[in-house]
Amino acid sequence: MSALKYAFWPGCVSKGVAPELYVSTNRVAQVLGIELVELDQAACTGAGVVQEQNPELADALNARTFAMAQQLGLPLMNICSTCQGIESMVQDKLAKNPEYLEKVNGVLADEGLRYTPGLVVKNFLWVLVEDFGLDKLKAAVKRPLTGMRFGPFYGCYILRPSEILGKSEHPARDKYIEMIIEAIGATPVTYSGQKKCCGFPILTVNRENSLQQTGNHIHEAQDLGADALVSPCPLCHLNLDAQQPAAKAVTKYDIEMPILHLPQLIGLALGLEPKEMRLDHHVVSTKKLLDKLPQGAAV
Amino acid sequence: MKVRLKVKRTDPGSNEPRYSSYEFEAEQSVTLLDALIHVREYEDGTLGLRCSCRSAICGSCAMRVDGRARLACRAKVIAITGGDEDHEMVVEPMGNMPVIKDLVTDMESFWSKMRQVDPYLQPAQAPPANEEYRVTNEAMLDLTHTMNCIMCGACVSDCTVLEVDKNFIAPAALAKAYRVAADPRDGKEHDRLVKYSEYSGIWDCTRCNMCVEVCPKGVAPMNRILQLREMAIEQGITNNAGARHTNIFTKSITDGGRLNEVWMVPGSVGLFNIGRITKEMPGAIRLALAGKMPFNQVIPPGMPGSHKMKGMDRVRNIVRKSASLKPKKAEVKSS
Ligand code: SF4
Ligand code: SF4
Ligand code: FES
Repeated sequence: MSALKYAFWPGCVSKGVAPELYVSTNRVAQVLGIELVELDQAACTGAGVVQEQNPELADALNARTFAMAQQLGLPLMNICSTCQGIESMVQDKLAKNPEYLEKVNGVLADEGLRYTPGLVVKNFLWVLVEDFGLDKLKAAVKRPLTGMRFGPFYGCYILRPSEILGKSEHPARDKYIEMIIEAIGATPVTYSGQKKCCGFPILTVNRENSLQQTGNHIHEAQDLGADALVSPCPLCHLNLDAQQPAAKAVTKYDIEMPILHLPQLIGLALGLEPKEMRLDHHVVSTKKLLDKLPQGAAV
Repeated sequence: MKVRLKVKRTDPGSNEPRYSSYEFEAEQSVTLLDALIHVREYEDGTLGLRCSCRSAICGSCAMRVDGRARLACRAKVIAITGGDEDHEMVVEPMGNMPVIKDLVTDMESFWSKMRQVDPYLQPAQAPPANEEYRVTNEAMLDLTHTMNCIMCGACVSDCTVLEVDKNFIAPAALAKAYRVAADPRDGKEHDRLVKYSEYSGIWDCTRCNMCVEVCPKGVAPMNRILQLREMAIEQGITNNAGARHTNIFTKSITDGGRLNEVWMVPGSVGLFNIGRITKEMPGAIRLALAGKMPFNQVIPPGMPGSHKMKGMDRVRNIVRKSASLKPKKAEVKSS
């Protein structure tokens, strides 16, 4: 089997407020032998927000990113549920409107770029399960996380609308995090909030509602005995981790739950040092979690 | 084929639901509604459920199956179980509404919110003498998804914001709001958009796509909410956190190519909203202490020295040229 290689769209957040995601993704990819060619001149997907005001601009920026990957002849990988959802949505829209696509390509022409529908675009979560494979992942585990309990937190846009997110070809995509947790020897904790909204998109609009959503999910998972939550979305991570103290104050729930980015969880199982993945750079301390690591590694 | 059901039962006036399990043989083609009617006819006559048309038209039979709202008459058992005869389907009443009995919910709040959006046309002028109003095909085609709504309540049942805020006007009524506001015959578009932009309205939706996922009729309420947002901004109704958030976000992309996270909160809540900004200060300090604060983004988007991504001049060119992609006014706005 040939080595895995992707055009890599890191997203704004991993290059901004969540550097631990960027660092851990690169480190884990390196250990697993997944080659990432970063698109350092690709712009934001618009996150569904630019779309509220200027959908055409967002379409053009995403088509541009797709065309950059196609120019390299590589599939595109992202590390954000929101990026995945937006990219899939734009792909669907452009594939269904050939005339509009032509106009969009006209906008890209100055840069010698052109997007042809059919590009494979995958979040790291999908890459791990579908391209790398759970058997290989199992074989790569150096530190099985036996006895540890993790709750998945998917993020809306990697799940819905399922119709444009490959549900027919890959019906298990809404179970991948649980499958990965099992593959690395840990135990998944399933709870009703794991596929709901983290609340982040309305943090600035309706703070109470947003924090109530976050607090509810954490509280539920904590009640069911989760040691930590794990997410493929850095925006969910922002609400669940950085806003957790605020959510605690609003909901009055006694919560304390470390939140891991998906690559950080994989890295722990691969035997990487927590510091290498900046697990000491979270708002909610990961110390208690790391104390439970089978080999007692600490930050 | 074996059918296994676990049905949530609630007696009128009781707060203590219980579950009843049923197992029986049925045809391969059976729908969930057929199965429940079988239970009521042959296994347990006390089971409460609501249905009428049995063909996805009347909207009476929405309920939750395995945690997700569906029309029972449209859901084939075999599609839910994936053909696994051991799969026990968990059947519950819709969420976000009080239960009257078993699978029957009280939809009063659904209807009162529908009334709240003034769901009828309010034309500015009478039709031409001896004629009817004329509208373009395109304009009406754009409204067809929304007109397909059968008022089943599935979207309201699973709306993730309604779960934490009973006042949210919620997906079905906001989709209806779009249906009237975007109708060329309506004369109250601006007033409506002002009203829908208030607290608990269009900007309170998290865009979680749950309503899009569960709606059995392709109404895609969230997409209608996004259209209302675009209309409101176009009409200059921007003195609210939601519209300001969209503005500062878009500005940060057109200015720097990537999101400026530092300015999202002050840019959205309003620069002079000291009380609100103070609330966010502890959060900002915690981020800085964790070493996560992106200090290269401290200059606000649009100001001299603000952060630009590599190759920003190329992005600027796209921003400029993409203006030509905007549909002309007469064209249909739809996703
Ligand atoms: S997209 Fe908005 S309206 Fe639809 S379910 Fe989610 S929060 Fe509710
Ligand atoms: S929008 Fe869809 S789910 Fe909601 S009430 Fe109408 S038909 Fe039912
Ligand atoms: S019985 Fe009428 S919609 Fe199901």
